[in-house]
Amino acid sequence: MAEAATLPTTRDEDWRYSDGEYLAASNPDVINHWRTIEVPAGETRSEHSMHGSGEASDGMVDRLRVHVGKGGRFEAFKTIAAGRYARVEIEVTLEEGAHFEFGGVTLGGGDKVQEFVTCTKHSHPNATSNQVVRAVQWGQSTGNFLGRIEVARDAQKTDAAQNFRAILLEKGATANTKPELEIFADDVLCAHGAAIGQLDEQASYYMAARGIPPEIARKLLIQAFVGDAFEAIEDEATRERMLERTLSELDQATV
Amino acid sequence: MLKITNLHANVGDTQILKGLSLEVNAGEIHAIMGPNGAGKSTLSYVLGGRPGYEVTEGSVEFMGQDLLDLEPHERAATGLFLGFQYPVEIPGVSNVQFLREALNAQRASRGEEALSGGEFLKLAREKAALLKLDMEMLKRQVNVGFSGGEKKRSEMVQMGILDPKFAVLDETDSGLDIDALRVVGDGINAIMRAPAKGVLLITHYQRLLDYVKPDKVHVLAKGRIVTSGGPELAMQLESEGYEAVVA
Ligand SMILES: Nc1ncnc2c1ncn2[C@@H]1O[C@H](COP(=O)(O)OP(=O)(O)OP(=O)(O)O)[C@@H](O)[C@H]1O
Ligand SMILES: [Mg+2]
Repeated sequence: MAEAATLPTTRDEDWRYSDGEYLAASNPDVINHWRTIEVPAGETRSEHSMHGSGEASDGMVDRLRVHVGKGGRFEAFKTIAAGRYARVEIEVTLEEGAHFEFGGVTLGGGDKVQEFVTCTKHSHPNATSNQVVRAVQWGQSTGNFLGRIEVARDAQKTDAAQNFRAILLEKGATANTKPELEIFADDVLCAHGAAIGQLDEQASYYMAARGIPPEIARKLLIQAFVGDAFEAIEDEATRERMLERTLSELDQATV
Repeated sequence: MLKITNLHANVGDTQILKGLSLEVNAGEIHAIMGPNGAGKSTLSYVLGGRPGYEVTEGSVEFMGQDLLDLEPHERAATGLFLGFQYPVEIPGVSNVQFLREALNAQRASRGEEALSGGEFLKLAREKAALLKLDMEMLKRQVNVGFSGGEKKRSEMVQMGILDPKFAVLDETDSGLDIDALRVVGDGINAIMRAPAKGVLLITHYQRLLDYVKPDKVHVLAKGRIVTSGGPELAMQLESEGYEAVVA
């Protein structure tokens, strides 16, 4: 395959916020490797994963290609706390009436670059997708969400939603997002929301006024914030475990 | 119990408090009245240590400690409670979680053991009943979607649960309907009327003072206490207005 020989660079649209130095030094076979999942018609497959800060210290790239059969459902819930460069990429093709549910959290400091890149292909009618990504960054770190949505010509009644919000705990931190919509059908619903801000100062002070120390207040607020990304996890125990493991990474934060 | 001396404070570059002095002894309830923009809320935030409110001169002694030397959460832990004129919404955090964290943080700082989930819920249920607030409200997110009156009433439930030594209540009566006003008035008396406690009640209306009888009434105007008196001063203000009384 010709693909395997070349390495992406930050000049490529989908890699524009990535770490060029890391890419240049990488093994093309690793970078260009895609895992695949086939979800049979009417069935559900889920992935929950935690890329913790203890993982490979210079970087990781995980690319996943999913095909969801008629009326099937694919769910992915992921946290990236790893660095220096960490990328989780998911490409999903949805058959008629299929659904893609995605919840992602990036959380980190230092000079980490952490990103989710999704490409959702609504190739048939009546398919739905919902993506919620939350970024919590401090230090000089960067959190990215690039979400591409492609709606084919006959994919009427597509309902695709994306929501990205970032909290920057310190001045040097960055968040980037860019929705890319390519829509060739006319009866389509695509909702997109994005906001980048700081921790809510009024809420922090309200907590302090009731006796909650700053570090606990921050944890409660971040818990509420990243909780959105895992809201769609049906099993309560799984949801809480994801949230707990994600929040434990916050203890690494020095701010 | 609370002794404010010659307090000057800025918000941004603007001086709002200009030499305010006030003393509240244990067992007393004082009311503060005054025109819009006089600095009443500013006083409450300065006492609560809100970021952005800078003390430039003067002192505040609270139960023998220098209050201004403490962080906001430490002030709460020593027993100071601030009732907000505009209670803050905290999406994604339930009242139960919020108050349990708050109470246990305060207890920890006093060297007391944390309350278990069950013990906490029992206490919360008791205080919600005192303020006639549906327990279901406490399971909801902090103040999110609460009506103005519900926010005020739930703040009084917070006060009941945290059981402070001193409360600064900023227009807790605003937004309450007639029945709720009595419930809240009774609640304040039940929670705070005690020999070792004190209250600073900021209000625009005499009505609350019918339920919570103040020992003293002060008028705050242009950043200072301009006149003080007994409960009759509130009556006089109600009938004659600030201009007549302050001038
Ligand atoms: N963040 C701020 N920046 C600049 N000025 C401010 C700020 N906050 C308050 N002020 C000003 O400080 C003054 C006092 O405000 P404060 O809220 O303390 O009044 P108040 O006595 O509580 O009034 P009210 O009865 O309307 O509640 C007002 O003139 C207000 O405009
Ligand atoms: Mg006010």
